[in-house]
Amino acid sequence: MSTNVISLVSIGAHPTSGRPRRAEQDARAVELGLQLAGDKLQVLHAGDIAEPALRAYLGMGLEQLHVLEQALGADALPALTEYLRGAGVQVVLTGSQAETGEGSGMLPFLLAENLGWPLVVGLAQVESIDGGVALVLQALPRGQRRRLKVRLPFLATVDNAAPKPRQSAYGPARRGVLQADEVEVVDDELLAVATLQPAKPRPKRLKVIKAKSGADRMKAATAKASGGGGQVLKGVSAQEGAEAILKLLIEEGVVRQG
Amino acid sequence: MLNTLLPILLFAALGLAVLGALRRVAMWRQGRASKVDLIGGLFAMPKRYMVDLHHVVARDKYIANTHVATAGGFVLAALLAILVHGFGLHNRILGYALLFASVLMFVGAVFVALRRRNPPARLSKGPWMRLPKSLMAFSVSFFLVTLPVAGILPADFGGWLLAAVLGLGVLWGVSEMFFGMTWGGPMKHAFAGALHLAWHRRAERFGGGRSTGLKPLDLNDANAPLGVEKPKDFTWNQLLGFDACVQCGKCEAACPAFAAGQPLNPKKLIQDMVVGLAGGTDAKFAGSPYPSLDGRGKPIGEHGGNPHQPIVNGLVDAETLWSCTTCRACVEECPMMIEHVDAIVDMRRHLTLEKGATPNKGAEVLENLIATDNPGGFAPGGRMNWAADLNLSLLSEKKTTDVLFWVGDGAFDMRNQRTLRAFVKVLKAAKVDFAVLGLEERDSGDVARRLGDEATFQTLAKRNIQTLAKYSFKRIVTCDPHSFHVLKNEYGAFDGNYVVQHHSTYMAEIIGAGALNLGQHKGSSVTYHDPCYLGRYNGEYEAPREVLRALGIEIKEMQRSGFRSRCCGGGGGAPITDIPGKQRIPDMRMEDIRETGAELVAVGCPQCTAMLEGVVEPRPLIKDIAELVADALLEDATPGKPSAPAKREPAEVH
Repeated sequence: MSTNVISLVSIGAHPTSGRPRRAEQDARAVELGLQLAGDKLQVLHAGDIAEPALRAYLGMGLEQLHVLEQALGADALPALTEYLRGAGVQVVLTGSQAETGEGSGMLPFLLAENLGWPLVVGLAQVESIDGGVALVLQALPRGQRRRLKVRLPFLATVDNAAPKPRQSAYGPARRGVLQADEVEVVDDELLAVATLQPAKPRPKRLKVIKAKSGADRMKAATAKASGGGGQVLKGVSAQEGAEAILKLLIEEGVVRQG
Repeated sequence: MLNTLLPILLFAALGLAVLGALRRVAMWRQGRASKVDLIGGLFAMPKRYMVDLHHVVARDKYIANTHVATAGGFVLAALLAILVHGFGLHNRILGYALLFASVLMFVGAVFVALRRRNPPARLSKGPWMRLPKSLMAFSVSFFLVTLPVAGILPADFGGWLLAAVLGLGVLWGVSEMFFGMTWGGPMKHAFAGALHLAWHRRAERFGGGRSTGLKPLDLNDANAPLGVEKPKDFTWNQLLGFDACVQCGKCEAACPAFAAGQPLNPKKLIQDMVVGLAGGTDAKFAGSPYPSLDGRGKPIGEHGGNPHQPIVNGLVDAETLWSCTTCRACVEECPMMIEHVDAIVDMRRHLTLEKGATPNKGAEVLENLIATDNPGGFAPGGRMNWAADLNLSLLSEKKTTDVLFWVGDGAFDMRNQRTLRAFVKVLKAAKVDFAVLGLEERDSGDVARRLGDEATFQTLAKRNIQTLAKYSFKRIVTCDPHSFHVLKNEYGAFDGNYVVQHHSTYMAEIIGAGALNLGQHKGSSVTYHDPCYLGRYNGEYEAPREVLRALGIEIKEMQRSGFRSRCCGGGGGAPITDIPGKQRIPDMRMEDIRETGAELVAVGCPQCTAMLEGVVEPRPLIKDIAELVADALLEDATPGKPSAPAKREPAEVH
């Protein structure tokens, strides 16, 4: 099985020290790519070729890594879109969210939109690729998996459900080649005018346990956190549907009225 | 008739021996180059053999005396036999000398045979069981054929039949002793051993010296192999060292991993390296196999290799290499002074640097070391949290100090923080001028290096050396024997030369100088556990005991203490690679501690503390020496002039 796979990688940051490293999820994208395509895997980065942390990806046993040379603050999207369009690739893997920079997690979506390819979020495993269709497992919360049939070419993000990345070794990292590709640099205007501030952890919804008995408490602790008051709207018009959604958003305080 | 037969036999055997020697030398030369003083080494060899090697062998008086008789008798007998029977110098004095030598050798051979009657498990069997008989054949035959030379018997005594029998005896004797010596028989140990002593890669070990620091890899040379993949990647004198093994199994008996049932037997490992350098399989190995979890041992004969084939997963399984705690007990016991730990780390280097195959938590620990300078991956900014209330001076502010207190990664461990705080209390009580590096300190690189990640070790070492170069201090003192060893013995290769002391040595010094006002240790009986990296690596056995004695402690010594101390299981990254065995090494060590009946074990190493405290209760308490000293400090009293107790005016009642 020879599949043309590209893994997109970015520069990560260690969670406690903030020092550059290979990004955890991107490394998983490389690992999955290596398992799928072996030596034929291509790895692509848009950014600074001189960043030493890139070598950590080479240390996973890659012979080379393509770098679309860009300055800090340039928009990676156009360069990546153009490269991928011409690469004749069947599967593109990437982490869900970058550890540095904007880290919005939007890139895979925008890329898929630009290319007009399907996007699989939270890819856990590729079961088979046959006749232009891939059978993949998508990771859902609580270890659940959903089997999806996707037509090629497609884009997929991986998160922590994907296989653990192999160790990065010094020898291959030193030998591997960083190959620079010159691309047109497009400044990210949106980023240039935006102000960045440290993210605050999202408040957690309080779980009110009304259980009276031990058995109830046990049930509450082990049962799935279900929405409970969910409502399935069927056979309603778009107007009615939108109103129902808006009403819920107002109730939940997501959208403020007035 | 014997007069014509003997020279032929002798010279034929000698000729074949020379051929075998050339062949063996060619095998060693497959290894990489190594800087050795070839001529000087040869001249130094007799002394190294008679003094240094004998010191190790003499720990077992029985075999030492046996070996002196056998080897001495043999060397003398062989030389004389060549003169007398080879060149036909039928001189009566030479004849008597040869008779004496062969008797001496025979007596030795009898004791060898006695040891082999019920051999301990550590000894190899197989061809080694034949050796005492061969020794006897050699000595008895040459004794008898020399009787006429000495004039004790007539020249034609015994006639054809005896001559034929003696001819056969001599044939057997010289085959084993001359031919077998260079063609791979048990006597190979004499030939390879002598040259190994001459060209040892750690010549500093001879003459009472110590050389325990690992040798650095040259990372600037892109063509140099990163560690050892194939037997030919060893240096030639390492290969020669493997060949010197006499299979006495002292290493096996001392190895904590072997005793715990982990798949490592140092003796088998060295023999596997011999198989690797000569080519073939391990089918002929006649000692204890690598332990396996089912208790039967890994089957022999399934592994093989040659100088050009990768070692791991052909000749040796990776888990064997990762079982080692680098405690150096095997090296300490080895009468041939073979360097097992060097070889293991060399092979680990290849696995980590080239294959990225450090098992279990290894990869994570190495990544943490790269990204956070500590193995736990803690935020580097938290390195001084343990001393938030202690008001320690930072060297970055002070620039110069007497004592630089190297804190080590124990700073992140809550148990070890108690030790660190205790030691600070002692330093303050002694009014020592000391400072710490604070956030500028990084992991010493010990674990990275033992896990084979030489690149990360060198990065950490160079950065630490850079930091240390900015300041002036008289000495470094640390509570961690691993940092101690690395700073003292392994930074030198990168131009970091310092006076480094373990805190026990330093405390012994300040107690000796009367700088501390110490009370007595109260209560429980105490034993002391020697950390490998303090004891065997650095020869410091006395200072911790001195400190304990100063506290009024009478140490209940364990049977395995001092240079024979058993490892706690925490060295060499063994808790990180965590290779399963039948039992845990710290449990065995705790058993040693319990045997003494002590209620408290004094330790001097954060690793030992962690490993021993991991043993389930009830068990003796574990306390660092610094904690014991801090507990015994008498507060608010200056040494020398005890302040008079404050007298309270009696209240007057009217």
